[in-house]
Amino acid sequence: MEDDKKVDVAAQAAAFLAQDEVHEPMHDKNLWAARMKRDAAAREVPEWETLRQLASQIKEHTLTHLLQYLTEFEKNATSRGAKVYWARDAAEHNQHVWDILREKNISSVIKSKSMLQEECGMTAFLENRGITVTESDLGERIQQLDDQPPSHIVMPAIHKTREDVAQLFARNIGTDPANTDPHYLTEAMRNDARKRFLEAGAGMTGANFAIAETGSFVVCTNEGNADIGASVPPVHIASIGIEKLLPKVKDLGIFIRLLSRSALGTLATQYTSHFSGPRKGGELHIILTDNGRSKRLGMPEFWTSLKCIRCGACMNTCPVYRRSGGLAYGATYSGPIGIILDPTFDESKYSELPYHSSLCGSCTEVCPVKINISDQILQWRKVMAAKKYLPAARRLAFGTAGKIFEHPQLFRSAETMASGALKFTPNFLLYNRVLNPWGRHRELPHFAGQTFREWYLQYKAKNNEHGT
Amino acid sequence: MEHNSRSQVLAAVERQMPTHKIAYPEIPDFPRTAADLLAAFEDRVKDAGGEVFHLADAAAAQALLVSQYADAGIICSATPEITGDRDIHAVKNPHELADVAVGVIRARFGVAENGMVWLTEEDLVVNALGFLSQHLVILLSPQAIVGDMYDAYLRVHLEDTAYGCFMMGPSATADIGAVLVHGAQGARSLRVYLLP
Repeated sequence: MEDDKKVDVAAQAAAFLAQDEVHEPMHDKNLWAARMKRDAAAREVPEWETLRQLASQIKEHTLTHLLQYLTEFEKNATSRGAKVYWARDAAEHNQHVWDILREKNISSVIKSKSMLQEECGMTAFLENRGITVTESDLGERIQQLDDQPPSHIVMPAIHKTREDVAQLFARNIGTDPANTDPHYLTEAMRNDARKRFLEAGAGMTGANFAIAETGSFVVCTNEGNADIGASVPPVHIASIGIEKLLPKVKDLGIFIRLLSRSALGTLATQYTSHFSGPRKGGELHIILTDNGRSKRLGMPEFWTSLKCIRCGACMNTCPVYRRSGGLAYGATYSGPIGIILDPTFDESKYSELPYHSSLCGSCTEVCPVKINISDQILQWRKVMAAKKYLPAARRLAFGTAGKIFEHPQLFRSAETMASGALKFTPNFLLYNRVLNPWGRHRELPHFAGQTFREWYLQYKAKNNEHGT
Repeated sequence: MEHNSRSQVLAAVERQMPTHKIAYPEIPDFPRTAADLLAAFEDRVKDAGGEVFHLADAAAAQALLVSQYADAGIICSATPEITGDRDIHAVKNPHELADVAVGVIRARFGVAENGMVWLTEEDLVVNALGFLSQHLVILLSPQAIVGDMYDAYLRVHLEDTAYGCFMMGPSATADIGAVLVHGAQGARSLRVYLLP
């Protein structure tokens, strides 16, 4: 489980940037490629913006009527033969899993990706009780072997080069350390995982969506690993956050169209699987888990973060995330969505995260369910400042910046003055690694002689003269 | 504890739900874009890493299967049209399918928008056939193509099946160096046999 020490995201991002000349540019490039593919995929759908609006409204409708949809889901899933459990928090969630496994004498489980199970620290909990837990998603398995959490919610090992993976697999599953071909490495892991699927006493999954109308839930993967876990071992345990609900089956027509296009720019995941009660000859256990979600539902400025469908688009587009790597955030959720989710778990520990953003607003623009992510980041800064979580020096600096961004006229005069001001800022402050770990790898911003606004006003005035 | 947790979660949700209720939106009827559904479906299957073959009848399909998988190993068919080496209806435990080289399944319908095929527990007979098989051959009627996901979800009938999967090509991953590789955990390849 995570400890309570405050996460120094800037220092950890600096370490990612500074490690070599390879990792950060590769990370930046691969995630930006995903963002560009997302744009191309979105352009192919004429009603894309309408879909975002509909998805947002369906989620807001569901969350403002969550009580009725949860009980409807429970009733229908139960009548289909699933066993439904409720967990108030991570500890209860993990206890339910442990109870199910213990009752059936199961000592090994194969799991597919679940951010909720990550959030609950489930793997460590089970391992401490003698259960062998194997991640089956390739990226998650890479991270598990390296004893690291996922760095991205869709591409867990995107911060690693193929050389990193070749070294890791050589140490753990006996591959040739010199062979860095992803086809070779994927094949090696396929063969290693296959025997684990066959030995496992239970398969565990998360869920992307849960459907109240039928008591079904949907799991999306590209590898088919969730489906092997659900179809081969006799027991299937699914961990579902209570915010995953959708009212109707037909809602999936909207959400499935948005999810993978937003995530990776693909039309859908290779597998979109619908579980409605246990399969023939199998058992299905569903753990509906709160773990802070009901509390978030009651936060007037932050409840809409519960709309999140975990696509990762906000991470791919974020200029700060792309250069920091996801591990820098020191939390289950990284990137822009992490900044607004993580403090709901622990305000003090994650009090620096809201400052790890340029507030450029790109996250809000790409979010398929229209969460106002950048606005919420700013709101969290206000919370952190009001509660005095930051060291005094940063509080002062960010307090000033915050005021300027909130007041456009102040920003304009600050912008005009900045080129002058920066000239007099001692290099000691800008390049001191402790005070500003980013400075070392960054050029001083070059301020144009004329700001964009000055240029724009001149341009407009000129054009008005010419009567255009 | 069990019942206590349930009532506490539900009570917390009830207490915390925003008082301003948002209405369920009116879903418009979006214009259908693809004119030739079958052609679009075929293109999308190929984009997803699959292949498509047109067959006149079951005998032609069986002949193609034999030629394509002559040395592949065990073939297990869940369809009456194709004969394999292993009787899926005699399988008691999914582990018995661990050595299957080629699984043959008939899909209910395909989706032109993305090249997905819809497979249910009834079509798979044993769900693991769709995921332990090294390669898949999917039989599909060329008339059974819907335009997009809206139409697709009108045809899935989740109330009638414990398991249903939209499968879009073979298993894939790009988790190592963002390079696309097929055959991560599920099928290494997927071929669609269009068969009336």
